[in-house]
Amino acid sequence: RSCILVSIGGKNIMLDCGMHMGYNDDRRFPDFSYITQNGRLTDFLDCVIISHFHLDHCGALPFMSEMVGYDGPIYMTHPTKAICPILLEDFRKITVDKKGETNFFTSQMIKDCMKKVVPLNLHQTVQVDDELEIKAYYAGHVLGAAMVHIKVGSESVVYTGDYNMTPDRHLGAAWIDKCRPDILISESTYATTIRDSKRCRERDFLKKVHESIERGGKVLIPVFALGRAQELCILLETFWERMNLKAPIYFSTGLTEKANHYYKLFITWTNQKIRKTFVQRNMFEFKHIKAFDRSYADNPGPMVVFATPGMLHAGQSLQIFKKWAGNEKNMVIMPGYCVQGTIGHKILNGQRKLEMEGRSTLDVKLQVEYMSFSAHADAKGIMQLIRMAEPRNMLLVHGEAVKMEFLKGKIEQEFSIDCYMPANGETVTVTTNPSVPVDISLNLLKREMALGGPLPDPKKPRTMHGTLIMKENSLKLVSSEQALKELGLNEHQLRFTCRVQLQDPHSDTDTLHRIYTHLKSVLKGYTIQHLPDGTVMVESIVIKVSSSTEDPNTKVLLLSWSYQDEDLGSFLSTLLKKGLPSGLC
Amino acid sequence: MAAHLKKRVYEEFSKVVQIPHEEAPAKKLRLSKPSKSAALHIDLCKATNSTDALQYLLHFARKPVETESVEGVVRILLEHYYKETDNSVRLKIASLLGLLSKTQGFSPDCIVDDAINTLGNEKSHQVLAQLMDTLLVIGTQLPESPAVRQRLIEVACKHLSDTYFGVRNKCLQLLGCLGMVDTPLTKDNEGLGISLVPLKLRDVQSIISDYFGDQDPRVRTAALKAMLQLHERGMKIHEIIYDQACRLLSDDYEQVRSAAVQMVWVLSHLYPESIVPIPSSNEEIRLVDDAFGKISHMVSDGSWMVRVQAAKTLGSMLQVSPQFLEQTLDKKLMSDLRRKRTAHERAKELFTSGEFSSGRKWADDAPKEKLDTNTVNLIASGACGAFVHGLEDEMFEVRIAAVEALCQLARSSASFAEKCLDFLVDMFNDEIEEVRLQSIHVLREISTHITLREDQLDTVLAVLEDSSRDIREALHELICYTNVSTKECVQLALLELLKNLNKYPTDRNSVWKCLKFMGSRHPTLVLPLVPELLSTHPYFDTPEPDMDDPAYIAVLVLVFNAAKSCPTMPALFSDHTFRHYSYLRDSLSHLVPPLRLPGNGLDLVDSRCGLGSVESAQLFLQQSLNRVSTIQNLEAPGAQDLLDFTIRDLRRLGELQTELAGAADFCATYLRCQLLLMKVVGVLSILEETYKLEFLYSGLDSRQVATIHHVRLQAKALQLILTARTRLDSLISSCEKFLQDIESFQRLFLTELPHLQDSFVDKLLELMPRLSSCKPVELVKILQTTLRQSGLLQLRLPEQIHRATATIIEPTGESDNPLRFTTGLVVALDIDATLEHVQDPQNNVKVQVLYPDGQSHVIHPKPGDFRKPGPDRHRLITQVYLSHTAWTEPSQIEVRLLLAYSSSSTSLSSPSKLGWSDSIDSLPTPETAVEGTIPFSKPVKVYIMPKPARR
Repeated sequence: RSCILVSIGGKNIMLDCGMHMGYNDDRRFPDFSYITQNGRLTDFLDCVIISHFHLDHCGALPFMSEMVGYDGPIYMTHPTKAICPILLEDFRKITVDKKGETNFFTSQMIKDCMKKVVPLNLHQTVQVDDELEIKAYYAGHVLGAAMVHIKVGSESVVYTGDYNMTPDRHLGAAWIDKCRPDILISESTYATTIRDSKRCRERDFLKKVHESIERGGKVLIPVFALGRAQELCILLETFWERMNLKAPIYFSTGLTEKANHYYKLFITWTNQKIRKTFVQRNMFEFKHIKAFDRSYADNPGPMVVFATPGMLHAGQSLQIFKKWAGNEKNMVIMPGYCVQGTIGHKILNGQRKLEMEGRSTLDVKLQVEYMSFSAHADAKGIMQLIRMAEPRNMLLVHGEAVKMEFLKGKIEQEFSIDCYMPANGETVTVTTNPSVPVDISLNLLKREMALGGPLPDPKKPRTMHGTLIMKENSLKLVSSEQALKELGLNEHQLRFTCRVQLQDPHSDTDTLHRIYTHLKSVLKGYTIQHLPDGTVMVESIVIKVSSSTEDPNTKVLLLSWSYQDEDLGSFLSTLLKKGLPSGLC
Repeated sequence: MAAHLKKRVYEEFSKVVQIPHEEAPAKKLRLSKPSKSAALHIDLCKATNSTDALQYLLHFARKPVETESVEGVVRILLEHYYKETDNSVRLKIASLLGLLSKTQGFSPDCIVDDAINTLGNEKSHQVLAQLMDTLLVIGTQLPESPAVRQRLIEVACKHLSDTYFGVRNKCLQLLGCLGMVDTPLTKDNEGLGISLVPLKLRDVQSIISDYFGDQDPRVRTAALKAMLQLHERGMKIHEIIYDQACRLLSDDYEQVRSAAVQMVWVLSHLYPESIVPIPSSNEEIRLVDDAFGKISHMVSDGSWMVRVQAAKTLGSMLQVSPQFLEQTLDKKLMSDLRRKRTAHERAKELFTSGEFSSGRKWADDAPKEKLDTNTVNLIASGACGAFVHGLEDEMFEVRIAAVEALCQLARSSASFAEKCLDFLVDMFNDEIEEVRLQSIHVLREISTHITLREDQLDTVLAVLEDSSRDIREALHELICYTNVSTKECVQLALLELLKNLNKYPTDRNSVWKCLKFMGSRHPTLVLPLVPELLSTHPYFDTPEPDMDDPAYIAVLVLVFNAAKSCPTMPALFSDHTFRHYSYLRDSLSHLVPPLRLPGNGLDLVDSRCGLGSVESAQLFLQQSLNRVSTIQNLEAPGAQDLLDFTIRDLRRLGELQTELAGAADFCATYLRCQLLLMKVVGVLSILEETYKLEFLYSGLDSRQVATIHHVRLQAKALQLILTARTRLDSLISSCEKFLQDIESFQRLFLTELPHLQDSFVDKLLELMPRLSSCKPVELVKILQTTLRQSGLLQLRLPEQIHRATATIIEPTGESDNPLRFTTGLVVALDIDATLEHVQDPQNNVKVQVLYPDGQSHVIHPKPGDFRKPGPDRHRLITQVYLSHTAWTEPSQIEVRLLLAYSSSSTSLSSPSKLGWSDSIDSLPTPETAVEGTIPFSKPVKVYIMPKPARR
């Protein structure tokens, strides 16, 4: 289950609002009291972003928005917005109508919740308010899955949701540009796995189905209604097309028909092949795949049936399984993970005799195959994404702690960035180094340009003189004269004076002259004047000479310079402290 | 608002356009004589505002400028340039200067100074960039003048510090195109004064490489491109650039990365053996390995353009060490920190342990040995898994590039070929047909290195059921070249091919051919299968199989070809097999080899197929031709008989000896022309034959073409004589035409004339002065005598002549079911034909449809319908659309292929492009150009039935 709170630049954002499928009590939903004990959440959250339509990412949404209370914007992509309510409604039906639970959200609540949703397009930058902006990237995984880039000022976060870096039969691979976020929050389901080629699995799958069909057997593929089911459908459909096979393929449940409709609509979210060929034929308009009817299960001859649910724990898939289990020509292919205790798990572990309710036993004679079609990024994919986005910090979620620990080590070693893996309810704070934008006056820039070299180098910092004015929430860098004018202040002169004692046997005027010639030989390129009133001016620095009262050979030099000439002045004083070279005339 | 603005712009635009329109006639007059420059000058002076001037310039740019007036035009343009205040007009002038200096025959060195001067006080950056471009053009036009180049390079260096990216871009481009290849700049600065010393102390490469770090990505790209340009021009790039280029591989912008990939690749070719250190460790590796690793890394880049580029480049890095190469196929699979075997390894293991078909069990891919967490390198810091990524890429362009690269690398390394086999076989399952096809082709190309295991063969053969014909045929081709290891494989392949044959009967020929190679490749593997294949039984006679069954023929083809190099095999044949052999040997001689069959009384060994036979046939051909040359000495009937026999002999020879078919056929046709000439019949058919001679055969040299033309001229003379007898009215014009023909013959074959001594044309040319002045009747008389006197021109035996042939495979013409369609609508007819020895079929091959009412349609197939499966072979798979008014009965139409020709295409004076503008009037076609078509395939009949439309 995913539900992440991010505070960034003074904004609070909730990323995903998932539920836990394993619990039936309050633990099912995230603990919103963490945000506030009483009252509505609207005041505490700036926006909610849902990455994709899986229930562990959006299942608690109506509960949060309607029952806890949230009226702010909820962002999701168009396909997610379309499919999400179907799934929520289905889920509600199962829990309320079948299990008879109360204190659960109603259909109306789902509808109301959906009214608060603002749809997102890929790569579209949406301004939530003046400072907060979000942008969605393609994530693969399921139709409409997105990664979001959240930006406030110069701070930014990327949340991946679930994503897949290898393309499959109906979706492309996740992609993000080099946005260099402060934190990349990534799922890590397969933190320690590097999967082998997808093609191998596909080929195995097709071969098994094909062989079974040729033998005249029936193939049962238990699936969940959305996601993998569509991929496998496309796989079989194209295979049927290529090989000119005639055996029928059936797909059960009405839910999927509705969802398939959306798959047809959101062609832009699919992979290259489907996008390129949909003008001739939409790949989701299946030619060989027909809707299933209960009576078909008894039809003679080979067939392939997709049935829900995926773990053979109930429903249609279980019914068909019972019917077909007795014949060794038949086959069941489990395309995904099975939770312990389900029939799916039992048969995968090689159990050949199953106890059914009512003390009857079922002999499993049909072939059982397992094939993992999972659409999460593997370790290599996660690393690839990090390389694409170049984040400054990394945060792993949605995975098992031990595995995450391993990946964390790898990431820190490989990219030398900090990596965090908070437990549920834990908060991680990352300090960022935000840059503060300052307006700079054009005059000042131009003056600086005139002083400096030919081209400003954007990669090197450069110092310049100016006055920073902080006024009414804005920062300005202007020249000091302008600052004075603006603030209505008088200019104060700051002068440094300093005495330097010098051993020199000559007369005052001679000494002065000697100093003059000395400086002239040292400071080339500066204007040095010997004024008739017995002073030497170096730029604006005044040097006077007077003899000490005690010792006529000890001359006291009086140096005076203004604050602006600090550099030159201190240089002169150190220079003169060293004394005059003897070779001067 | 925007719409309103747009409208106004259009209004203004159309207003301006009208002015030149009105003046067009007047301008034309001026253009004719007092040079273009004057006209332009007047136009430009007339222009009151910048829009007008721009219009004039645009108009001017559409016309070519004669070489001699270019300089004048340039002066006027420059003059106007200095006066002009509007940027866009100056820009246009600058671009015109560039265009003008490209004019052929014009040497732009006189305008170099002016062009450089214009740079001096130009303020607009865009115009500056355009001027640099112009200088670039000028520089490339003057490759022989180092002084000019030197100046241009200096100018470019000066403007490199411009703030506008376009100017820097152009400067870098100029440096890349003109930078001195042989002499670095350091050497020649003594002679050129001191003013530019700070710049000159460094050579072009280091100047360019400074801009690798420019702030603008476009400039970085331009710098890399300029460097590549230098490389292309033969300058040796310094090795220090390598580090800089590697840094750019991680640039933010894709075009920079793409160029950097190229740069790294170039350097890896220049310094493959240099040693580079690995950062953060003390180890060192060869540069080419390092580059290979880095480019492999780019295969998982964010931008697919870069991925394509990287995958493509990998293919050509053949010097890389094998251990790096093999890493590209290894992703290092892990599961829960333990090493997991790849599916391929598992498959291999299952195969070797003999329980292959059992399939995979739940959790059988559970991890085995524990891996040290530190040794597992997740992100491929080296070349790890580059191809695995490339082959699984989202974009099919990348996948194709990866497949091609695999092919190139595998061809040079047998062990790598063995390793990549599994991956290539996997690609047979790709979702995009192009990729599948490509991987099949690739597998065929590397098939010499590999032997397929049974499980691999199984996957390969599964594709035989593909519904795409291209895929199946490519696969058949692949099987032709594949080695398999066991007899089970052979059996498997045969079974699958038979299944294929059953499912797609049209693949018949291709499947048979495939089995032919299969048999001759694996005789020993076929041997143990023979009894089963032929279903013979040690005790019982089995029923004789049906001889027309394609599947049975397929089996026989396999067995007979294997038997060719396995003498013990025929002993296993039953009687009917021998009978079938002799039948097939005759009917499908290209598929069934001659066999030495013992103890049968019949010696079926073919005497025609010795090694010496080609030479003897050649000798025979030569002798026949020699014999014909003695024809002059014979009396008319004897001569005609001799020709008749020779023609017959040659035709038969062509049938027997396929290698010489083209040559024999060519000679026979030529002699037939002579025969007809001698008999003085069928003038038109002679002409037709000469066109066939000229265009149907490839590999003719100019002497033979001259001979053919000579015959044609004779035929034309004959035609003229015949016309003179019947129709006197048009005689004068046809005489003139004939004289023109002679002239053009003389012009075309000037070099061949010495070889044509004592021939018809030789005599005519002697008489030419008389001919051109005399009356038509007289001319005819002269022709008559010369024609009679002139003998046969000896034909030199052509060396390598091939006759263009075409065979329509589909439609077969056997169908009795008419193709029904509604009148007024069209029906598509699939046509599948193979073409051999046809040059440029995309332009020359046409499909002709002849309806029973004599209507004929010629259809030009799309260029994409032609495929090229092999050298000198083409395949045409296309659809033609038929339509007709209603018929009462179904009837047959004829479909055939035509070879189009045009005599102007062989004429030696090729029309050259005159100027730089696009509006040259089309050249008058030579009056002698004759266009026509030659049918070169057997017509196929198709039964069709247009039904009247129902109302």
